[in-house]
Amino acid sequence: MTHTEKMRHRATATPGSEGLDARLVVQRGSFRLDVALTAAPGDVVALLGPNGAGKTTALRALAGLTPLTGGHLRLDGTELDRMPPESRPVGVVFQDYLLFPHLSALDNVAFGLRCHGAPKAEARAQAAEWLDHMGLADHAGSKPRRLSGGQAQRVALARALATRPRLLLLDEPLAALDARTRLEVRARLRRHLAEFEAVAVLVTHDPLDAMVLADHLVVIEDGRVVQEGAPPDIARHPRTDYIAHLVGLNLYRGEAEGHTVRVDRGPEVTTTEELTGPVFVAFPPSAVTLYRDRPTGSSARNLWHCEVTGLETNGDQVRADLTGPLRLAADLTTVAATELELHPGATVWAAVKAAQTHAYPA
Amino acid sequence: MTSVDKAGAAETLERAPRRGRVRKGAPLPLLLPALIGLAFLLVPLVALLVRAPWRSLPDLLTSTEVWQALQLSLVCATAATAVSLVVGVPLAWLLARVEFPGRGLVRALVTLPLVLPPVVGGVALLMALGRNGVVGQWLDSWFGITLPFTTTGVIVAEAFVAMPFLVISVEGTLRAADPRYEEAATTLGASRFTAFRRVTLPLIAPGIAAGAVLAWARALGEFGATITFAGNFPGRTQTMPLAVYLALQNDPDAAIALSLVLLAVSIAVLAGLRDRWMTAS
Amino acid sequence: MTRSARRTRRTLQVAAAGAAALLALSACSSSGDSSSEKKSDSSDGASASDKVSGSVTVFAAASLKESFTKLGHAFEKEHPGTKVTFSFGGSDALAASITGGAPADVFAAASPKTMKIVTDEGDASGKPATFVRNQLEIATLPGNPDKISSLKSLTKSGLKVVLCDKTVPCGAAAQKALDTSKLKLTPVSYEQDVKSALNKVQLKEADAAVVYKTDVKAAGDKVQGVEFPESTKAINDYPIVSLKDAPNAAAAKAFIRLVQSAEGQKVLGDAGFLKP
Repeated sequence: MTHTEKMRHRATATPGSEGLDARLVVQRGSFRLDVALTAAPGDVVALLGPNGAGKTTALRALAGLTPLTGGHLRLDGTELDRMPPESRPVGVVFQDYLLFPHLSALDNVAFGLRCHGAPKAEARAQAAEWLDHMGLADHAGSKPRRLSGGQAQRVALARALATRPRLLLLDEPLAALDARTRLEVRARLRRHLAEFEAVAVLVTHDPLDAMVLADHLVVIEDGRVVQEGAPPDIARHPRTDYIAHLVGLNLYRGEAEGHTVRVDRGPEVTTTEELTGPVFVAFPPSAVTLYRDRPTGSSARNLWHCEVTGLETNGDQVRADLTGPLRLAADLTTVAATELELHPGATVWAAVKAAQTHAYPA
Repeated sequence: MTSVDKAGAAETLERAPRRGRVRKGAPLPLLLPALIGLAFLLVPLVALLVRAPWRSLPDLLTSTEVWQALQLSLVCATAATAVSLVVGVPLAWLLARVEFPGRGLVRALVTLPLVLPPVVGGVALLMALGRNGVVGQWLDSWFGITLPFTTTGVIVAEAFVAMPFLVISVEGTLRAADPRYEEAATTLGASRFTAFRRVTLPLIAPGIAAGAVLAWARALGEFGATITFAGNFPGRTQTMPLAVYLALQNDPDAAIALSLVLLAVSIAVLAGLRDRWMTAS
Repeated sequence: MTRSARRTRRTLQVAAAGAAALLALSACSSSGDSSSEKKSDSSDGASASDKVSGSVTVFAAASLKESFTKLGHAFEKEHPGTKVTFSFGGSDALAASITGGAPADVFAAASPKTMKIVTDEGDASGKPATFVRNQLEIATLPGNPDKISSLKSLTKSGLKVVLCDKTVPCGAAAQKALDTSKLKLTPVSYEQDVKSALNKVQLKEADAAVVYKTDVKAAGDKVQGVEFPESTKAINDYPIVSLKDAPNAAAAKAFIRLVQSAEGQKVLGDAGFLKP
């Protein structure tokens, strides 16, 4: 965790009162979630992690649907840990939205307002405004099953925002959508989140969603925070295989001495940075060049003899998984892959220019 | 390669229901018992129609006693269903949504009236709510209320026998319903009761309707517990089944006529309800 | 389904065959040793010439249950090798099942009216004979807390009285008694049979019921009987007859003779029945 990140983040919060200050501890059987979260009003925090890491549990704990077994939860200076979910100033957009199927879109949005004591007419008027704001004025009378995925998502967002929560929680807000609508909904959601004045926490396993929507990323693995910070920093400096894999980087841990990094149980990697001590060294798969025969004229200092273990086609790109002195991924065009006659079991030479590697202290 | 596989899978998925649609004929090992079952249920009813005293029917049916019994039956069955709804739906919710020790045992006890011979149920009600019953003696001495031989007693007997049908039906629907809707409601500021009333209840309405119809039908046909607990007095506790049974003793034709009335009324009501409510799900 | 039905039937056949064999064996053995001595014991001389064996089925009114069960044992003792099977129930229901073809040998009804159902269908063999009569009595709570002394005192307001439904003999008789004394009685319930009416008093749900003397007697100290003079105007005759399609006509006649014999009348009298 980079200290500077945290300082920057903290600096935007008025200490002790405004925003979210939580340490969520939930013990369930052998699984233990222990995650600290802080955010200032206006912040969008993404909890990113693989399935089963505890993201949803953290979200439910924030909403009060799963009781905390330890830690604390303060929102705008108010203790929430013992407050029942209906009393918390929290709005939730559930993964599959959970729009009440027997109510129209309008009445779904008005539901929370009615529960907060608004008269029926007023609640509906406000709900209509929200739907209008979401561009759904024409669908106010529709039952949820008549709405498209993207429309349902916006109704769910309007429903959660209508009660003016101080904490907005979104559980995999885009997971239920197909790839095409996802792009459009993501952009819309980004705008809505940007104008939201309180804290928003979203849970996702998709790094792209996280990076587009959030301005602070918290990566959770196995119930603990493994890394947090601004999305670009995390993308550039992943600290675990999971994150590196997510952002599409080859990542190694090793010992640096000047421009050389000795990878743990692996070869040396030449870098442009000059460092000493424990470091991470990373490079993107696109920085790897493959050759059938050992290149003679290449200026690459990092050259390894590898075996192809797997090939995956992605549009006109091919990703090759290689083993050898290092496990690494290489991206190349389909044309190049055909020319190289790549197939699982083939041996190739992999080269990486020092200028395309990136080393940073571990 | 993978894309080819996926396409293939999608094709087989698509083809599967289509194939089912093409082959309409039911297999004989299913069809034959099904038809026997249908005949078994229908033949007695048809026989009732065949042997009905059609010529004397108008006279039999215009007697005030018949209308009295029919009216009483409808009122009592409806009231018993209402009682079952008011206490049975919360009971079903408790069994489906709240974890407590001995829940399995409680569920078994709730369904007990289903297997209990209704006459025994009537005796049990006398023991509990009779003038000398465990609870009934206090009702009598404190409030001056005695249930046996009253119309209220009929409703009590019918509710006792009919409520398990409702509870079982509603509990099943509740278990199948997604409890996360209630969670979603609470995050919007609804108390647990509000969540139940405004979200869960509408969601399980078809199940409640089905249960209520079952309970109503059971209450309408109730005989054993009613005659044992509430006795038999025309206009007060003599419902249609009691009238039918007693008519059978000396005037089988009248009994058949009464049965036809009961049959017609219940078919009309059940068919009407089915169209309006039960297809909603 | 068909297979299991077949199996059940076979089991029944085997059981029936076994039972028949046992009966035959016991009949042989009894006739072998002391049967002559037993027969001379019998009060009815005619039975000696009429060899009675096998099983006999008796359909009898519910009120006859206690006394007929006793007589059944006596009959089996008297005619070794016989077996008496009873079906007790409401006379109407029994009559209906007889006309419907139930395999019975003897029918004992609680009223001439119900007997008429059987004779009208031509299912009886010979003329029914009245073998006992039953008189109504008021059953009250033990100790008679409501001080009920007559049929008239039942009309007192606030008293919970149950009667039998007019469609069953005890109800018809009670109505007749009320009518002849020009009394108007509104009960809390018209019960479907005499035992149900009595039961309501036994359970203390009703204060009084108009039932048969025999029922009061059978209930022991759970109810108290109060006789009333009007009951003599509504006495029920109990007719008995052997049936035309009786599988065991000889035994049927023998059983009816026993019921009408001094021994039979004593058992019935002890139960509270009146002589015909």
